[in-house]
Amino acid sequence: MKKKSQEISEEHFRYLKKQRGKTAFVVVMQVFLLVQFFLVWELLAKYEIIDSFIFSAPSKMWSSFLALAKDGVLWRHVSATLIETVVGFVSATLIGLVVAVVLWSIEPLRLILEPYIVVLNALPKIALGPIIIIWVGAGKGAIIVMAILISVIITVINILNGFLSVDKDKILLMKTLSATRAQTLFKLVLPSNLSNIIAALKVNVGMAWVGTIMGEYLVSREGLGYLIVYGGQVFNLSLVMCSTVILTVLAALMYFCVLIVEKAVSR
Amino acid sequence: MKEVLRLEKVSHRYHSKSGETEAIRSMDLSVNEGEFFGIVGPSGSGKTTLLSILSGILTPSSGSVKRSISPSEIGYMLQRDHLFEWRTIEDNVLLGLEIRKIKTKERVEYALDLLKKYSLGDFVKKRPSELSGGMRQRVALIRTLALRPKLVLLDEPFSALDFQTRLNVAEDVRKIIAEEGVTAILVTHDISEAIALCDRIAVLSARPATVKRIFDNTIEKGLSSIERREHPLFASLFKEVWKELEFTDEKEKSGDQ
Ligand SMILES: Nc1ncnc2c1ncn2[C@@H]1O[C@H](COP(=O)(O)OP(=O)(O)O)[C@@H](O)[C@H]1O
Ligand SMILES: [Mg+2]
Repeated sequence: MKKKSQEISEEHFRYLKKQRGKTAFVVVMQVFLLVQFFLVWELLAKYEIIDSFIFSAPSKMWSSFLALAKDGVLWRHVSATLIETVVGFVSATLIGLVVAVVLWSIEPLRLILEPYIVVLNALPKIALGPIIIIWVGAGKGAIIVMAILISVIITVINILNGFLSVDKDKILLMKTLSATRAQTLFKLVLPSNLSNIIAALKVNVGMAWVGTIMGEYLVSREGLGYLIVYGGQVFNLSLVMCSTVILTVLAALMYFCVLIVEKAVSR
Repeated sequence: MKEVLRLEKVSHRYHSKSGETEAIRSMDLSVNEGEFFGIVGPSGSGKTTLLSILSGILTPSSGSVKRSISPSEIGYMLQRDHLFEWRTIEDNVLLGLEIRKIKTKERVEYALDLLKKYSLGDFVKKRPSELSGGMRQRVALIRTLALRPKLVLLDEPFSALDFQTRLNVAEDVRKIIAEEGVTAILVTHDISEAIALCDRIAVLSARPATVKRIFDNTIEKGLSSIERREHPLFASLFKEVWKELEFTDEKEKSGDQ
């Protein structure tokens, strides 16, 4: 990549071309697989090999989508879920990061709290659902709390482990330069843990969706989770499938946003 | 001659759950201004511990450490370079100035001049991983010198390098330290390196470390380390130091039985 184009040898040019060919092939096959999947599904439904009442069909999902989109209902549900997820994701990550920094800075506190953190991590957060609803109320608040709870503990654990595994000799180096604890944090521990923090972001994106949808199953009157539950109750499988596909697309988009952030900061 | 450092009856023990380790026992030592002082001893004898005590990072269990300079005037170069990959070479070198909040224009210029002077000028914007091991070690030394220390402590600074690079970098370091006029204390387990660089050489016993003997380097000053290695006096001095060290090893062995 460093060499200018005129310096590329004939052989290297052929190599690059071959590599590009390979990449193109993979992408084409990936798209083909997806199209094929929906096509087969549609045909199976059309010739009644599968029951489209139970399995729905891409065309039915599409009309479901259009019906939802027409009167702006879709946007209301999508935005509700998106806001809950983004707020949950951002808060969980920030809270997790701050707690990890505090625990790193105050060693006795870390030692005291360690067993509690481990136990909390093992607890299935969904079990807290009823308690959250009673405390926070059966609304958006409860959903966001669920989204935060589900990922905050593991965030603390992962980030703190990264902080603690910073090379002891590098900490010693900071000492020889007479750095304060705060300087060691900002000039050594945080920068050296950048990829670790990004990894936590990646995990949390997925977790935030799990928390939000779980929360919506429990309490909500809007959102994609609500649509899925509602569709299931009235046996509108097209609505369920359509909402699931939208959810998949949104989750993928959010993951890509994190990838873009990763690219931007790791340069 | 003015003394920079004096240790009197310094002892140190490490304590851990599994027990205690006596690293240094009743050590007396003094280092003069402008001197290149060498410390050789078997590995695990307590050399790093000694440097930590000299630098003030570690307080000894007992004994006194007298310094004519403040701890902030001591530069400490660790065994590995520990350059930060997320910083450019330039920013790595300026790390100490940033931490001590003394990043003035004049000091930055001094640091960058050092980089240029020691042929790292083309690499200021590069990342550490783009440099060779020898270059990285020079950068680490300049990071230490950027704080304009009066005394630098070098803990086996060449041990991670291959033999050829080692000779060259050792000479570079000798030159830099001589030209910048600082006092230096070099810890090494390589006798020939100590003779090639140092004016005086203290031989330590196996753990717990005590000073067994201090050799004056009889080879005249002002020679390069390569010239010193070829000097007629080199071999005899090497033999003497080696005997002193070997004796240490034998005692260690018989002690084990
Ligand atoms: N922080 C520590 N805690 C306990 N023991 C230590 C510690 N640092 C060094 N030691 C022990 O002290 C002895 C001397 O170590 P060190 O000064 O690093 O030796 P050297 O640098 O000569 O190899 C070794 O036996 C080592 O295991
Ligand atoms: Mg050592």
